[in-house]
Amino acid sequence: MPTFEDYEGQVPTWCPGCGNFQILSSLKQALVELGIEPWEVLLVSGIGQSGKLPHYMKCHTFNGLHGRTLPVATAAKLANDALHVIAVAGDGDCYGEGGNHFIHAIRRNPNVTLLVHDNQIYGLTKGQASPTSAQGTRSKVQPFGALSEPMNPLALAISLDCSFVARGFSGDPKYLTELMKAAITHRGFALLDILQPCVTFNKINTFKWYRDRVYKLEEGYAPSDRLKAFERALEWGERIPNGIFFKNSRKTLEELIPVIRENPLVRQKFSPEDTKRELEKFY
Amino acid sequence: MGGEAGQGLQTIGGALAKVFSRNGFHVFTHQDYMSRVRGGHNFYQIRFSDRRVTASRDVLDILVALDLNTIETHRKSLREKGIILYDSESIKKKFEEPEFIDVPFKKIALDVGKNRVMANTVATGAVLGMLGIGLEALEEILKTAFKKKGEEIIEKNIACARAGYDYTFSNCPRCETLRLQETENRKLMLINGLQAIGLGALMSGCKFYSAYPMTPSTGIMNFLASKAEEYGIIVEQAEDEVAAINMAIGASFAGVRTMTGTSGGGFALMAEGLSLAGMTETPVVIAEIQRPGPATGLPTRTEQADLLFVLYAGHGEFPRVIFDPGTPKQAFHLTNKAFELAEKYQVPVFIQSDQYLGDSQWTFEDFDPGRLIYNGYRLREADLEGSGEYKRHAYSGTGISLLAVPGEAGKQLVVTDSDEHDEEGHIIEDSETRIEMVRKRLLKKMPLIRKEMEAPCLYGDASPKIVLVGHGSTYGVIREVVDIFSKEQKISMLHFSEIYPLPERDRFDYLEFMENTDLVVCIENNATGQFAKFFRAETGFEFTQLITRYDGRPFTVENLKEELHAYI
Repeated sequence: MPTFEDYEGQVPTWCPGCGNFQILSSLKQALVELGIEPWEVLLVSGIGQSGKLPHYMKCHTFNGLHGRTLPVATAAKLANDALHVIAVAGDGDCYGEGGNHFIHAIRRNPNVTLLVHDNQIYGLTKGQASPTSAQGTRSKVQPFGALSEPMNPLALAISLDCSFVARGFSGDPKYLTELMKAAITHRGFALLDILQPCVTFNKINTFKWYRDRVYKLEEGYAPSDRLKAFERALEWGERIPNGIFFKNSRKTLEELIPVIRENPLVRQKFSPEDTKRELEKFY
Repeated sequence: MGGEAGQGLQTIGGALAKVFSRNGFHVFTHQDYMSRVRGGHNFYQIRFSDRRVTASRDVLDILVALDLNTIETHRKSLREKGIILYDSESIKKKFEEPEFIDVPFKKIALDVGKNRVMANTVATGAVLGMLGIGLEALEEILKTAFKKKGEEIIEKNIACARAGYDYTFSNCPRCETLRLQETENRKLMLINGLQAIGLGALMSGCKFYSAYPMTPSTGIMNFLASKAEEYGIIVEQAEDEVAAINMAIGASFAGVRTMTGTSGGGFALMAEGLSLAGMTETPVVIAEIQRPGPATGLPTRTEQADLLFVLYAGHGEFPRVIFDPGTPKQAFHLTNKAFELAEKYQVPVFIQSDQYLGDSQWTFEDFDPGRLIYNGYRLREADLEGSGEYKRHAYSGTGISLLAVPGEAGKQLVVTDSDEHDEEGHIIEDSETRIEMVRKRLLKKMPLIRKEMEAPCLYGDASPKIVLVGHGSTYGVIREVVDIFSKEQKISMLHFSEIYPLPERDRFDYLEFMENTDLVVCIENNATGQFAKFFRAETGFEFTQLITRYDGRPFTVENLKEELHAYI
């Protein structure tokens, strides 16, 4: 069985007090509790403070380009569906730069877990508004405040019939670990949006701001009703629900591709001999 | 053959090309089509001969006109004693001149097949009647084409072909001069550039192809998708080209051979991904099938204007390989070599081509499967036994690190990063590691890759006075023009298909060869002479004579001959 130490990686370079620390420890904890070994996991990340997370763990890692986590993760899963593939992204990374991929990954429904570090601000580039920043958020490049409406990733995902939609908070790592476990074990594309403070650049959505608003979806809430889930996903402001909003059992992308029904693509043998008959077809 | 889009030119042209190749003729076809699904003017040229034919011509022996526009546009290209085949009822105009033969395609289709759709089969039969080529091959083709539609449809189509054949065979005195002698009893392979690239990928073990549809590259995706189930290939239509290349990289990292394909506009979106493949040393093969730009340009036409773009695309410095085949057979073998080099050196490799070669069908006696290279460079648990802790980007004398399959390599972890990284693949910023990694990734590999590149192809006189230099799809037309001029001139062609890095000169000093030739002319299907610029940058050799064509059309034999008359 894996231990927490097995997942120990480099020392993080995040700012002290950053919500990322709890996300990192919750992810290690979730994997350990699920009994998943480091060599059974592929973490795919993009660019941003979230993108560095895999370096602070120990498992297979592809730290790619800004916004492009989901195409890499989807394809890696198609090539080897025996791996647990977890995509780690930020709000700017996944909802901004990679917005198109977010939409289409939900449509495709690969059995991939997507963890979005959502701090409603750009950290690595020092404090610009992100797709989830509140309208009016002022920054050096938004002197009149952010002009756009913030994106609601949960509502968008539910509208696309996303297979698993949940929200967690870095300030409640125990519950976050539970949500991560549920997301990782869910069969299908799982979005877990994680609220986290950015202690350096986001002076509005602070740890206290989140703690005062976040609450768990009530016991007995049934995540199978899409319209209800959509309604709850619209809740934002004084009260912000956490938990599993929506789940369905759509077929995964891998299940729909006959050529990997028996064996992952990486285990399929190839010999040029077996393809020679193709030449005959051109005569 | 000319007509509107949607009239069935490809059906007739495709069937005739196959009939000719099955009757032992060499065939070359060229498609000239507009960017529309219906209407407009499309043109399908077929050359066939008992000798090898490898390029388009400007003169016609037979013109099959499915609309009036075709007659008006191409009548002037008809050779003396040429014949125009048409149906006066369909195009609502009757021509009385001797070069016209009026065959009621539609009426025969209705009378014999009870369906006007079969007019194309009548026309196909009529062409064979003019030439006196028996219907056996066509019957086989019709049986295969209509297999799913049942016996009755097959029988009716065969009857329509027969009726078309009989009509021209007995009602066309002018056709007597076209009647062909029997050719060698042989079957030839008929294949276009895109199919050859697709076939090359399939036979090299490509297991994953991700792309966004874009003319003229889509044929590769079509081909591989049609083989997906039989050979266990995943073909994924991406939401955009950014996703397409990132998917190809993701699947390759996970352990399978992958490829993506696009044209210039789509490749523009792939530039960042290309750089990612370079940084993470992930093998990937990229087909870049050119069409004229800038921007959307002439979407269904041809040009060789992306060479410098592909050469320089991507931020930062990393190795790459560029192939630009001259024939479908070269396309097949170079695609195979692309997969070999991509995986051996863990670099992105390009198969660059264009609409002209992509859509043109050529005939060959055979391809050479014995020449196919397949080395598995991806390592699994047993391969790594005893090699200690695995480091994805470990330094080595060659710059090449072991390529392990994540999850299949025991407990070894495979880590890579688009940030500069250490041997393990983890993010770093220190200058020593950076320098070592640039050496490993780029400076050590490039000289080794250069050694893998084949010398350019010399065709014609071994010590010529004139040498015509080309790259990629101009191979066929330059070769034919060399054949024509060689009766009176010491002339040859120097053709480059393995473009970057330029091959070493130890086996064949192509530079000295050109320096010792009186007249060297570089021929390119673009406006600025990109190959000449590239060549000068790499070798210092300057082409003083340049022939370019940039109207979106390929060079034809007549047109290149004419251009060369200025020099010869």
